[in-house]
Amino acid sequence: MTFESLVFYFFSAVLLWSAAMVVTIRNPVKAALFLVLAFVSAASLWMLVEAEFLAIVLVLVYVGAVMVLFLFVVMMIDVNLAELRQGFGDYLPLGGLVAVLMVVEMAIAVGPAQFGLHKVPIPAALGSHYSNTRALGELLYTVYVYPFEVAAVILLVAIIAAIALTMRRRPDTKYQNPAQQVNVQARDRLRIIKMPTEHKS
Amino acid sequence: MVSLSDYLILAAALFAIGIVGVFLNRKNLVVLLMAIELILLAVNINFIAFSHYLWGLSGQVFVFFILTVAAAESAIGLAILIVLFRNRRTINVDDFDTLRG
Repeated sequence: MTFESLVFYFFSAVLLWSAAMVVTIRNPVKAALFLVLAFVSAASLWMLVEAEFLAIVLVLVYVGAVMVLFLFVVMMIDVNLAELRQGFGDYLPLGGLVAVLMVVEMAIAVGPAQFGLHKVPIPAALGSHYSNTRALGELLYTVYVYPFEVAAVILLVAIIAAIALTMRRRPDTKYQNPAQQVNVQARDRLRIIKMPTEHKS
Repeated sequence: MVSLSDYLILAAALFAIGIVGVFLNRKNLVVLLMAIELILLAVNINFIAFSHYLWGLSGQVFVFFILTVAAAESAIGLAILIVLFRNRRTINVDDFDTLRG
């Protein structure tokens, strides 16, 4: 067993264990933290197959942004755990059967007979001058530039949709109206009056 | 040495765990979203393994777009979750039966 396969099996075991904890653990906060562990293990596996840029993006975007969003939401809403856990194991036999069948079928379909080392050999190692980020960027900004722009639009739509969904007007909160503030004239606020001088008698 | 089939079987197992998560936590909307994230991660592992072993960078570009769409999906999903919780005071999927589906 080489060092590379040792690393692969270690991170795979951590990934599968943490994924199993995500779906079975009781507390949603702990589930989110185990999902963070799963993402970090997956990023390490991606490092192993020389996808360095995407591994870093997975850690930055998923662990850094999406999972923090999950944690925010889980901590903001107070869920009734007992009610949500009611009937938790009801579908475990059926779900477990489906999962085991799925894994067995997939293992037959994509097992070593089809995608083993004799069918798909390990590609030659890339030299130290090779930059995964540079290669990906060159591809992304030339061949895939139109999907790239569409992805940007999708992110913009997501921002606007998320804000529009969650924003609400509280009737008891006082707001400023900038349009009225800009339109105000001096005479609306200040009144100069003329009056005769008072004499002390 | 690690072969392509090892990565594919790992992704299949991760996918199956995500499916079991949907079966088990069918009441808790937050954990349902997390199970969907696991399923998407399994798909991404498949893409990256193929991209490495069959030597083409297009698989990694696909993963880039999947990550984008998944981030947008979870942001909007969590926003909908917040609105639902604000209106109904619960995230139990069984309580969301207004449409009588």
